[in-house]
Amino acid sequence: MAQITLKNLAHSYNPHPASEQDYALKEIDHVWQDGGAYALLGASGSGKTTLLNIISGLLRPSHGRVLFGDRDVTDAPTAERNIAQVFQFPVVYDTMTVRDNLAFPLRNRGMDAGYIKARVDQIAAMIGMEGMLSRKAQGLTADAKQKISLGRGMVREDVNAILFDEPLTVIDPHMKWELRTQLKQLHREFGHTMIYVTHDQTEALTFAQKVVVMHDGRVVQMGTPEELFETPAHTFVGYFIGSPGMNFLDAEVQGNRAVLPGGESVDLGAHYAPASGRVQIGIRPEYARLSADQGLPLTISRVEDAGRHRLLRGAVLGKPLNIVLAEGEAVEGRSRVLFRPEKINVYADDWRVAPEERAA
Amino acid sequence: MEKTQNNRAWFLVLPVLVIVAFSAVIPLMTVVNYSFNDTFGNNEFFWAGLEWFDEMVHSDRLHAALGRQILFSAIILAIEVPLGIFVALNMPKKGFWSSFVLVVMSLPLLIPFNVVGTIWQIFGRTDIGLLGHTLAALGFDYNYTADVLDAWVTVIVMDVWHWTSLVALLCYAGLQSIPQAYYQAAKIDQASRWAVFRYIELPKMSGVLLIAVLLRFMDSFMIYTEPFVVTGGGPGNATTFLSIDLVKMAVGQFDLGPAAAFSLMYFLVILLVSWVFYTVMTNMDRSASDIPEEL
Repeated sequence: MAQITLKNLAHSYNPHPASEQDYALKEIDHVWQDGGAYALLGASGSGKTTLLNIISGLLRPSHGRVLFGDRDVTDAPTAERNIAQVFQFPVVYDTMTVRDNLAFPLRNRGMDAGYIKARVDQIAAMIGMEGMLSRKAQGLTADAKQKISLGRGMVREDVNAILFDEPLTVIDPHMKWELRTQLKQLHREFGHTMIYVTHDQTEALTFAQKVVVMHDGRVVQMGTPEELFETPAHTFVGYFIGSPGMNFLDAEVQGNRAVLPGGESVDLGAHYAPASGRVQIGIRPEYARLSADQGLPLTISRVEDAGRHRLLRGAVLGKPLNIVLAEGEAVEGRSRVLFRPEKINVYADDWRVAPEERAA
Repeated sequence: MEKTQNNRAWFLVLPVLVIVAFSAVIPLMTVVNYSFNDTFGNNEFFWAGLEWFDEMVHSDRLHAALGRQILFSAIILAIEVPLGIFVALNMPKKGFWSSFVLVVMSLPLLIPFNVVGTIWQIFGRTDIGLLGHTLAALGFDYNYTADVLDAWVTVIVMDVWHWTSLVALLCYAGLQSIPQAYYQAAKIDQASRWAVFRYIELPKMSGVLLIAVLLRFMDSFMIYTEPFVVTGGGPGNATTFLSIDLVKMAVGQFDLGPAAAFSLMYFLVILLVSWVFYTVMTNMDRSASDIPEEL
């Protein structure tokens, strides 16, 4: 096991990248701590899989270096890196039995037969396939096959890291939850570094200690689930995390107030240096509440029942705004909205601007 | 809703029935007619019962031709299938060279059979043929018109040249359909090159490979034109395969009765083998499609 360091790493599938647009992965510097559970979150095409394949050595980065511990493995083939990877779609060896599938990575490394048997039984119990060990992998359902792929990814104990590339896409919802719990448990038990690629925020937030959010080939934020929720570093993180995502309003920041185009102003609870570019304020739907006489004028379009809470969809100055209603919060007769000042984030050209000092 | 039975719908298949009748059934029935009768021309037929079949089943000549035929098909399958797989594995996967190789490989398949025969007939001649002349110059006593082994080698090499591309192209198509993730997983599992072939490529190719084997078996079992043009079935009867023998019997000796019985049995053998292949293939398909193929 080792810490994985990415140094000035970038990748372009184009051999002669002309502009930044040609990079599938824009330059990043990043350290994956040994034994960490990370989630790599982003929309399709954001460069998640590219990054994963660079770590596992299936792809050679066009720029920068990859280090495992102190060793530079940029040019080392996959086999030398001792990495396990689970792919989005089940990859099983059809003509082999389930047992042989699970034993395959161990046999290829010349492990002792007794050890292989014990280890395969242990993994089979974990993925709940003890009863199917002698069956041919061909003809199993997609979830069973994916469980085999997961099992094959976890069968080696000495791996440097286990990489998961949206591994639960084809799995039934209830099974998803179960497998995710098992992965977490496995992480606690063996302490492997795990990197889990997903576009599903729930999956990312429940699995990982640290979530790395990618957007357009760039790592826009890395942090704990709480940090991503409270202080998104980029408007994309604001949109992407949370359901619904953060509300954004164009504004002009003047000291500790944000002035909206209509002349209304909002207390920011902190002092900000003047920002240039397109300035927006962001507020989570959870931190906005209705008011009868204070705050910004709100046009209410509808209230939806989202199960655990109710969601109000409306608009402020023509910009859509969502509010998560507190339990029993009345809507009638209240056509203004208030934001909790300390929960407002300020963005200039999509990137978060930190306040100069947060007022108490 | 109740489905209405309308037997008049059967009339819709009538055109197909008529076409098939004229193209296949009626000619075949003529052969059946010949096989049960003896004729001396003038449209006079004398009932012969199973006599011709009996004669053919016990004919040493037919046994010998059948033996040669089986040997020929076995040899070319044993060469073309592994060679085709090997070629397919080594073909470029994309880019200019992949298209180039595909075109070059298709060329032999586009040449008419008798032209293929003529090409090799000339190619192997020791006086003007490049192959024959070179071999002779190197001191080999090569002569496909006189030496049985030389004739066989020539006919087999010709068939391999003509048809290996077909096997290779089919396997290539099978290989191209394997998702990249399989190779990536194999790398991660540290699978050897052999293991990748054995556990990924071969199973994924098995469907097209069976089609290739079926096509090559049928074609080689019915081969006529190319060996006929090159060796004429000789030297002696050394390269007289079933079709060549059949034509000799029917057209050369005008033994229509025995030839008809012979061709019916020949037809049934090919039908039987193809049916076995078909059954095996559909069974494999069924076990493979228990789950929808992902990706």
